Amino acid sequence: MSENTITNILVAGIGGQGVMTAAEVLSQTALSQGFDVKKTEVAGMAQRGGVVTSHVRFGTQVLSPAIPPGEADILVGFEPAEALRWCSHLRPSGVAMINTTRQEPPVVSLGLYDYPEDPIGEIAKTGIEYHAFDAGAIARELGNFKLVNTVMLGAISELLPFPAEALKNEILDRFRGRKPELVEINEKAFELGRLASAAH
Amino acid sequence: MSAVPPLAGSNRRFMSGNEAVARGAWEAGCNLAAAYPGTPSTEILEFAAHYPEMYTEWSVNEKVSLEVAIGASLAGSRAFCAMKHVGLNVASDALMSQTLAGVGAGLVIAVADDVGLSSSQNEQDSRFWGRFAHVPLLEPADAQEAYEYTQRAFELSEQFNTPVILRLTTRICHVKGVVNFGERREHENAQGFVKDPGRLIMTPGVARQRLPMMFEREAEIQRHSESSNLNIIMDGSDKRVGFITSGPTYMHVKEAFPHAPLVKLGLSYPVPFDKIRALASQVDQLVVVEEVEPILETELKAAGIALLGKEILPRIGELSPNVLRPAIAELLGEAVPETVPVKAPIEIKPPAPRIDPATGINVFPRPPTMCVACPHLGIYYCLSKIRNTTISGDIGCYTLGAGHPWNALDTTVCMGASMGIAHGLDKGRVEADKDKKIIAVIGDSTFMHMGMQGLLDITYNNGNVTILLLDNRAVGMTGGQDNPASGRDIHGKESTKVDFRKLCEALGVKPERIHEVNPYELPTLFTALRDEVKIAEPSVIITNQPCVLIDYYGAQPALTVDDDKCTGCGNCLDIGCPAILVTRRETVVKPNGSEKELAFVKIESGACTGCNLCPKTCGPDAILPLADYIRQ
Repeated sequence: MSENTITNILVAGIGGQGVMTAAEVLSQTALSQGFDVKKTEVAGMAQRGGVVTSHVRFGTQVLSPAIPPGEADILVGFEPAEALRWCSHLRPSGVAMINTTRQEPPVVSLGLYDYPEDPIGEIAKTGIEYHAFDAGAIARELGNFKLVNTVMLGAISELLPFPAEALKNEILDRFRGRKPELVEINEKAFELGRLASAAH
Repeated sequence: MSAVPPLAGSNRRFMSGNEAVARGAWEAGCNLAAAYPGTPSTEILEFAAHYPEMYTEWSVNEKVSLEVAIGASLAGSRAFCAMKHVGLNVASDALMSQTLAGVGAGLVIAVADDVGLSSSQNEQDSRFWGRFAHVPLLEPADAQEAYEYTQRAFELSEQFNTPVILRLTTRICHVKGVVNFGERREHENAQGFVKDPGRLIMTPGVARQRLPMMFEREAEIQRHSESSNLNIIMDGSDKRVGFITSGPTYMHVKEAFPHAPLVKLGLSYPVPFDKIRALASQVDQLVVVEEVEPILETELKAAGIALLGKEILPRIGELSPNVLRPAIAELLGEAVPETVPVKAPIEIKPPAPRIDPATGINVFPRPPTMCVACPHLGIYYCLSKIRNTTISGDIGCYTLGAGHPWNALDTTVCMGASMGIAHGLDKGRVEADKDKKIIAVIGDSTFMHMGMQGLLDITYNNGNVTILLLDNRAVGMTGGQDNPASGRDIHGKESTKVDFRKLCEALGVKPERIHEVNPYELPTLFTALRDEVKIAEPSVIITNQPCVLIDYYGAQPALTVDDDKCTGCGNCLDIGCPAILVTRRETVVKPNGSEKELAFVKIESGACTGCNLCPKTCGPDAILPLADYIRQ
């Protein structure tokens, strides 16, 4: 937490990965914990495979909605190249949580650009604290790639200024009403994310 | 748009500015809301449609939406319309006349500026319209104010007999915050429509009489602006710089300089000059913080108020705290604060370096692209294979055809412009272009919005343009909203479905020059296109498969690549489908000594929906259904 008691979480990924949902869940949890919250998205054409970022800010009172560069406390990187793209948004004391599953865009397939050979290594060079693990593989093993989202939230759950259980309950509550059959698998995904981040 | 449960114990909810505007309109007793979708304003009407007490509609364009709202206002109902900034360019014809007539019941126009250009062709500042149309303009600073100001806008509209503009920006529309809300209060009107030809029939004679009344009204609202609690002076202990903030910039200034005195303008036009003078007298220097244009700055300077504005602040983009802090530090002669502490100098590779100058980080760009299985993919594949063309594009997902791998678009201007531009490219051609084939590409929604008139112009004036009318039965780019091509209204209920073949025929295209084609049938599409560009008459090729993001699309089983058969020719990559990925590259030397790059591919089976387009580009038949491949 910064000196002005605002926590800044930047969630970054690609359209369709659940970036906005993750940010929404974080916001709702912060609200239920009594914080003032603002959430903003920069997702002009999000459904078209472009970069999606969501800024979540919470504290006693939040004014400006966007996280200034260099002031994020936590970066949730849903994709390694996107984590590299956004890691400069972290403050020096910030932490990056990174899913190592790569997603190459058509401009890379077409040979117009190269995917960075070692994005995690490049993030390491910046000296910031980071945890990288294959959230995509965990989700696939659980049988649903969409669970990446819950895995990543589990992974950051110990870094937040409120109990991990609060975040977990917020996620599970979203399923309890509409899709109760998904509660158990999401709980598993959350806990596996939590474990994976602790292992690093 | 998932429904968020209210927070315990109160009428508080975490909502976006767009949802807050819809809520505010509903609570104000608004009976009608109309819009054409456009980022960042689209969700206002989507939320409004949830309130059964309000009639809501997707209008075919913004001008019609404003006219519908004007009609409802004259009929005695509080009425509302919403649009993105460029939408008001289209609707302005109605606004500029109606401002002379005034309103019936309250009339509010929400216009959302795309400050920072997340999804627009320009960054124009809608605050100009307040001046141009002589109407009051409200600027909320967050979702709570968006909710409150929408209601205040209806009150002002009736109090001063004027349309009112509610100016939003992306950072209002798409930012969620906690909103305290109330309940709907019905707006009673017993009179209904009142005949008043001396006001409502805008002939030159009537307009001449109304002009002084409009200026009187403006002066009256200016006095109101001086006393209104929408415009407030906020005291502060650090008197070195005082700020004038307009709308969302208040939040940025308050965050960056919590102890600075400021004027917060909520009713930012007409300008409350005396309030600003009062602030000026309290501070050493005055800085106006406005997105985007120096509008207040110009007016305040003209009024003799000494201040700084765009001399020290950018004229483009958002004025967020990280932009404001260094600018003001420099003004005060202080050390400029470091805003980017983490630097990552990284090796880059050709062909195109993408180094962020601020951070030194190099990551490939990830531009928006067409979706997996998008029906436009085959169209742009064909367009990219036809030589000697000039292709006039339009506003929609198909603008992405300008990108890789297709590079098959030469112009994009504004909604519907593809038609007229193509016609002009044809009629204005010089000798150097005498053999150029002129093609126009337009989507269903854009065609109905503003393209139809352009087509009529082409046929009426013996034009020679081949038109690709991409009917995907949705307003695709804004999220697949319904329109007359989907045959469903804003509530998803069955409605009139336009027949594009008949429509084009009625607009003067010969029946034999109209073709309806399945865009996944590449040979048919290519033949139709190749044949029609050779004929010196207007022709229309209508493609008829739905957007893959709407429920009309039926996904098929995924495809895969047989590694043993893939020769690495890379033809399938020319389709541009994001599900086709390169697994390895090889350089081979051909018998004649020239080198050839090979790219072997795979298909991401989790993403592929089996549209069956890419197999048609594959010579060795290496692409086949995943299920067949597994059986082998």
